[in-house]
Amino acid sequence: MRGNEASTKVMAAGTAVKPLTVEAVGVAAAQEFARIVESHRPQIFRFLLASLRDVDLAETLTQECFLKAHRNWQHFRGDSTAMTWLMRIAINLQKDYWRNRRMQFWRQTRSNAVDLDEASEWLPNGERTVEQQLLAREQVAQVWKAVENLSQRQRTVFLLRYVEERELSEIAEATGLSEGTVKAHLSRALSRVRGELRGTR
Amino acid sequence: MSLQKNTTDEINDPLLAQALKNFKASVDAWSDAAYDRPRKAVSVVRHGWRLAASWALAGVLAVCAVAGVAYERQHRQEMARIAAVKASALKAQQQAAEQVRLAAEKERARTEQVSGAKARAEQNIGAADEDLLATVDSDVSRQVPAAMEPLAQLMDDNGTPGSGTQ
Repeated sequence: MRGNEASTKVMAAGTAVKPLTVEAVGVAAAQEFARIVESHRPQIFRFLLASLRDVDLAETLTQECFLKAHRNWQHFRGDSTAMTWLMRIAINLQKDYWRNRRMQFWRQTRSNAVDLDEASEWLPNGERTVEQQLLAREQVAQVWKAVENLSQRQRTVFLLRYVEERELSEIAEATGLSEGTVKAHLSRALSRVRGELRGTR
Repeated sequence: MSLQKNTTDEINDPLLAQALKNFKASVDAWSDAAYDRPRKAVSVVRHGWRLAASWALAGVLAVCAVAGVAYERQHRQEMARIAAVKASALKAQQQAAEQVRLAAEKERARTEQVSGAKARAEQNIGAADEDLLATVDSDVSRQVPAAMEPLAQLMDDNGTPGSGTQ
């Protein structure tokens, strides 16, 4: 099915005049997948980095995500956007990681997760005064602290909404929750963040 | 960045909206820096001795488990055998006691029988003696002459002792 789409796209672009062979369709599909990897990889990496706060682990899971996507590329029916599909794979990988880590609690796992202060150090180089930068850093640290105390599901929904800026419907599709549940999780997460910012937690 | 406007504009709290904007900017900056960093190819050093130690430990545990099971099984079999031997010994002892009891009863019955027979024999002997004595008495009493009769037969008509008795 994917091959047909690819052949259609290639023909629509006018790059192929004669009927496409199976090899040509395969090449087109591979090119399309490569384009998707190129365009979506930074976002998947960013989401996993924000979820795990571990650069190495985020890279590893990003690789696994695209490896899994490549294996199942022919099964992708296009019901949702490729980004939503990839995000769903990333969320499942993240869940598997935490589940395995819980089950292997006796193992001394080397964690490269940075602490909250280090994560808060990152700020864009904008035209800000020192005071503004300090204030922004403090706010970022407070948000990180609140995010750390969220449940895994709330954290995922919060990051998808306010870091990845996904629509509610996309978040619902990626997480497998209903939109109402997504809204409820977001509301609770925002309440936590607000409480942290006000110092009323 | 129209989406960002959407997501943060729906929040009425300006402090929260600003904090979320800063948070997103921070995560973006961190992610961009981490994504663009030069990758280092790190050769994974496999600790062969760890693997060997793990396998050795697993082997020891497996052997211990198997030995434990075998020992437990053998122990149970031994206990069952001892119990069977004890039961058979007890049964034999009971049978021997029963045999002794039966033999004693037989002996007692035989003794009683013998003593009864003896008593009956003694009674019979006593009766026979009495009968014999009675017979003897009757015989003797028949031969005993009447009083003065012998003397009378021995005497002659003339009153002198005859020679008939010589």
